[in-house]
Amino acid sequence: MKSNRLGHWLAILIGTLYFLVPLAATFEFSLRKVRGIYSFEAYRVVLADPQFQASFSFSVALAVVTIVFGMAIIVPMAYFVELRLRKLRPFIEFVTLLPLVVPAIVIVFGYLRLYNSSSLLPLTNSSLGTNFLLICGYVTLALPYMYRSIETGLRSIDVRTLTEAAESLGASSGTIIWRIILPNIRSAMLSGAFLTFAIVIGEFTFASLLNRPAFGPYLQLIGANRAYEPAALAVMAFMITWACMGIIQVVSRNTAAARH
Amino acid sequence: MSFIEISHLKKSFGPNTVVHDFNLSIEKGEFISFLGPSGCGKTTILRMIAGFETASSGSIRVGGAEMTNLPPAKRNVGMVFQAYALFPNLTVAGNIGFGLKIAGKDKGEIDARVAEMLELIKLPELGDRYPYQLSGGQQQRVALARALAIKPQVLLLDEPLSALDAKIRVSLREEIRSLQRELGITTVFVTHDQEEALSISDRIVVMNQGHADQIGTPSEIYNNPATRFVASFVGTLNLLEARVVDPATGRVSIDGQPVVTKRDMSAFGIADEAIVALRPEALILGAGDDDRNTLTGTVEEVAFLGAVIRVRVRLREARVSLDIFNDPTLDLPKIGMAASVSFKKEDLLIIASH
Amino acid sequence: MVSNASPASLPRPRVPWAVVGVTPFMIFAVLFLILPTLFLVVGAFQDVSGSFTLANLGKLWTPTILSSYWISIKVSVASAVMGAVIGAFIAYAAVSGGLPRWIRPTVMTFSGVASQFAGVPLAFAFLATLGRQGLVTIFLSFLGLNIYAQGFNLLSFWGLTLTYLYFQIPLMVLIVSPAIEGIKKEWREAATILGASNWQYWRHIAGPVLLPSFLGATLLLFANAFGAIATAYALTGSSLNIVTILLYAQIRGDVLHDQNLGYAIAFGMIVITGLSNLCYILLRVRSERWLK
Ligand SMILES: Nc1ncnc2c1ncn2[C@@H]1O[C@H](COP(=O)(O)OP(=O)(O)OP(=O)(O)O)[C@@H](O)[C@H]1O
Ligand SMILES: [Mg+2]
Repeated sequence: MKSNRLGHWLAILIGTLYFLVPLAATFEFSLRKVRGIYSFEAYRVVLADPQFQASFSFSVALAVVTIVFGMAIIVPMAYFVELRLRKLRPFIEFVTLLPLVVPAIVIVFGYLRLYNSSSLLPLTNSSLGTNFLLICGYVTLALPYMYRSIETGLRSIDVRTLTEAAESLGASSGTIIWRIILPNIRSAMLSGAFLTFAIVIGEFTFASLLNRPAFGPYLQLIGANRAYEPAALAVMAFMITWACMGIIQVVSRNTAAARH
Repeated sequence: MSFIEISHLKKSFGPNTVVHDFNLSIEKGEFISFLGPSGCGKTTILRMIAGFETASSGSIRVGGAEMTNLPPAKRNVGMVFQAYALFPNLTVAGNIGFGLKIAGKDKGEIDARVAEMLELIKLPELGDRYPYQLSGGQQQRVALARALAIKPQVLLLDEPLSALDAKIRVSLREEIRSLQRELGITTVFVTHDQEEALSISDRIVVMNQGHADQIGTPSEIYNNPATRFVASFVGTLNLLEARVVDPATGRVSIDGQPVVTKRDMSAFGIADEAIVALRPEALILGAGDDDRNTLTGTVEEVAFLGAVIRVRVRLREARVSLDIFNDPTLDLPKIGMAASVSFKKEDLLIIASH
Repeated sequence: MVSNASPASLPRPRVPWAVVGVTPFMIFAVLFLILPTLFLVVGAFQDVSGSFTLANLGKLWTPTILSSYWISIKVSVASAVMGAVIGAFIAYAAVSGGLPRWIRPTVMTFSGVASQFAGVPLAFAFLATLGRQGLVTIFLSFLGLNIYAQGFNLLSFWGLTLTYLYFQIPLMVLIVSPAIEGIKKEWREAATILGASNWQYWRHIAGPVLLPSFLGATLLLFANAFGAIATAYALTGSSLNIVTILLYAQIRGDVLHDQNLGYAIAFGMIVITGLSNLCYILLRVRSERWLK
């Protein structure tokens, strides 16, 4: 039993090292910009770079629109599938798993062929159209995670009973979704939203191949041309991921606490 | 010397002593139940017999051999768990034959024994099923067969019926008991259901906070509870405070009303406080003749329980409950009505007050 | 009221809300998920004029393309298997008890973060760690071990595998923990009391019970690594010839100049990730049946 526990500690220790050492190294590296001393110079340079500001805010905007758009189509779908259209579930399961099967680069390749300037629906002709295409791509990327968390949220509240209770009081479908279902799955939606944010913010493949000035391609560009700034950017990216996952934890823990 | 000798067993988890000075002798072939409330240490003792917990002190001997420090795999005991704990990746036959396979028996012997066990638990057709294809009751019977297949010298069952619903619980406990008789296997059965313990045991160990309050046959436990705890845990009992008037003639007063007991009161002195107990089924409504004791009060509650009707009568301070058999022609007492209750003199139990 | 109350009276026209609610998603799924994929799959079997051919798939059997698939598969297998083994150990250590209670939620939180920390920033982090100027490289040479002189290169198969492990291990922890939680401690006790040793318990019970989940999770990690590009691209530029980077270059118009060959490459990727996902689902169904 004793040696057993030693093995357990060892596994945790190795995991911890693998997790922490690259972070520590990256942080240390990001401080090396000025020769001989540690400084936050790399961070200052990055933050002052107008391209950084532009691409970062562009990606934040993209992430927000992706979340809103994604929720707007996924929530009603998940609700009605749960409530009335159970028969559709296998199909929905298939579609929502598809983005895990078809790599992002393949999907974007399909977009470029299907919606290029010589096609029926030439979305790539305008930057607005391309942005829309990019957002659609991001929704597909986030689809498995968004759907999963919303579905879990819906299952945990017994949608049918809630809906029937509301209907018996004369509420319309719109009212039911807006006033009863949404407030009850808020934390599930928040989890999905922050996970989406973490996925979208530094995404490279879609943005690069659709030629959009997003944060991911900017990161890649800096990485190819600078030495210390990429490390600073990696530290910042990590903190964003950390913040998103941390918020998800807090949100779901609060809900769990509220339920008990 | 008995088959199983447990002496001065003690178990502590850190600062908490959960079993202390536990002594018990079990004869070969006996069916013993551990009965007690949640957390009183029943499982802990069972697990010490099985070898999953090591005793802090004391000893366990089975068939004359010291077991206290033997690893579980070497003890040759069978165990049935509350949550079945069947191996999900093995078929019913695979589960039952597991112990024999580990022991290196050859296939023919295993198959024969498995078939025999399946017959014994009356599931001869189900050898090829997986546990998830069985009902709870069937799973527990397979678990029983698995434990018995290795011909253990002791069978341990830890609340094997509590995950099942009421009907199956009753039929399976009878099945377990008749199997046990048939095989003559020494069995320790843990439960917190007093009816279960009373109905199938040779002897019952009533446990209270880590030690045995009383060890005895079901009728001893039920009719002569040794402590207030046993009395209140076994059966629904009216516990009343009484004052001893004359120990020699057995006269005591309950709530100021004189009654007489036929039980031995020699341990008491005049004017001592005593705890007395009355079983609801020993009481009848209405005043009795001179051979009986009578108490008077007012009806406070009447509850319809199906086969019986439970009436609560308030004396002065104290209350007593009594059961009358349901009979459609019966005139039910009304709440607030004055009422007398009577009982035989031998039905007044005296429980040593501490 | 009285005269109109016949059963045959017209039902009130009702808006089919369910259909209205599901339609936008369906349109979206068809336009931006199913059609693009189908387009490539169909295109993989067409020549320039649009008629059926297997020639595109045949063209995959050229050294460059085959080797790019092969390197992708190697990196994915290596990072999936190593990630699965290490991740399973960590998950087991965290979940199975024996360690202090706070370990478990902490490991899960950190795994959630690390499994999402991929893409370009991950490449930066490993350059800062194991690149020529990286902290660990310097530290090791300080100890007298010059890993680059020993033949290590971050921009290589092993470098990429080590980098992918950073998200593969925590992903494994997240996926496999529920299955490990499903292992009941009574199984071990039941096996022990029937005479089984620790090894026999693992060999006959815990091992077989966990195997489908373990294999399934490994396949999922494989697919996850196989479709990844950003980390590899940021780390190695186009110096490491993996299939996603090849396809990326092809889309960018840098190489090949053969549209339908591009479709065939994409189709090949879908087949590989599709098969591994399919096996994952089948294995998961099986283990869930056991564990609940
Ligand atoms: N491994 C352990 N560590 C610390 N305390 C324990 C441990 N196992 C049991 N206990 C404590 O020992 C006491 C007796 O536990 P035990 O499981 O024997 O009770 P029980 O009589 O079987 O109860 P139940 O009817 O609920 O099963 C309890 O207070 C329990 O909290
Ligand atoms: Mg117990």
